[in-house]
Amino acid sequence: MSSPALPLHEAGPYVAAAYVVFAALVVAYVAIMATRLTRMERSLEDLEDDPAEPQR
Amino acid sequence: MRTRRLLPLSLASAALVAVALALVFFYAPLDADQGFVQKIFYIHVPMAIVALCGFMLAGGMAIAHLRTGDRRWDLRAYVVIHLSIILGIGVLLTGSIWARASWGHWWVWNEPTLVSFLVVFLLYCTYQPLRFAIEDPERQARSASVFAIVAGAFVPLNFVAIRLAQAYTHPRVLGATGGSLPGSMRLTFLVCLGAVALLFVTLCNLELTAKRVSFRLRRLRRARDASPQPPVLR
Repeated sequence: MSSPALPLHEAGPYVAAAYVVFAALVVAYVAIMATRLTRMERSLEDLEDDPAEPQR
Repeated sequence: MRTRRLLPLSLASAALVAVALALVFFYAPLDADQGFVQKIFYIHVPMAIVALCGFMLAGGMAIAHLRTGDRRWDLRAYVVIHLSIILGIGVLLTGSIWARASWGHWWVWNEPTLVSFLVVFLLYCTYQPLRFAIEDPERQARSASVFAIVAGAFVPLNFVAIRLAQAYTHPRVLGATGGSLPGSMRLTFLVCLGAVALLFVTLCNLELTAKRVSFRLRRLRRARDASPQPPVLR
C-alpha cells in the first residue's frame, strides 16, 4: 500500500500543512478562550463595582 | 489558585513545544522508508495518544463524580472530553494529510485503525448534544458521567480489537514486534508526546478557569437580581 518516499519538495507542503493544522487548532482555541475570559472578567469587575446596575 | 498556575504552565508548554519542534526538524534523522513525510508522525501520533488517554481519563473522572457526587469531577470530565475532541479533529486532519502523502489517498475505509478512531471520535461528538439535551443540571451531570464511563471503557477495548485485526496498512507505533524507533527518533517522539500532553493540561486549566469565572459571574448576577432594587428617583 505504501508508495516510495516523496522527494523533499513534494513532501514539504504535506508536512507544513500538518503542522499548520496543529498550530491553527491551538491558536484558535486559545484565542476563543482568551476572548471569552477577558469578556467575563470585565463583566465581573462591572458587577462587583456596581452591583445595583440593571441587567442588559 | 488555578489562575496562578496558568502562567508557569503556559510558559513550560510553549518552551517544550519549541524544543519538540526543534528536535523534529533539526535533530531527528529522515526516515529511510518514508523520508520527510514521516515528520508528520511526531505531531499526529502524540495527538492521537493524548486524545485517547483524555477520553479514558474523563471516564475515570466520571466515576469519581458518581462516587462522590462532587460536581467538580463532572466539570473536569466535560473539559477533558471537549479538548480531546479538538485533538481528535487534529488527529483526523493530520492523519488524512499523512495518508495522502504516503498512500496516495486522503482516507482508506478498509483500514481498521483509521475507521476505529473515526468511530471513537464520532461517539464523543454526541457527548455535548446528549448532555445539553437534558435541562435538569443533576440529571445532566449524571447522564454525562454514565456516557463518559461507557465510552471511556470502549476506547481501550477498541484499541485491543484493532491490534487483533489481521490486515492493516497503518504503521504500528507501540508494539512488541513492530514500530521500534532508533534512539534519536524515540527521544524526539517522547519529547513531542510530553509537549502535547503538557499543552493539553495547560489548555484544560485555561478552560476550567474560564468555567470558574463564568459560574462566579452567574452567581453574582443571580444574587443581584434577587436583592431588592433601590428606588428609582424621578
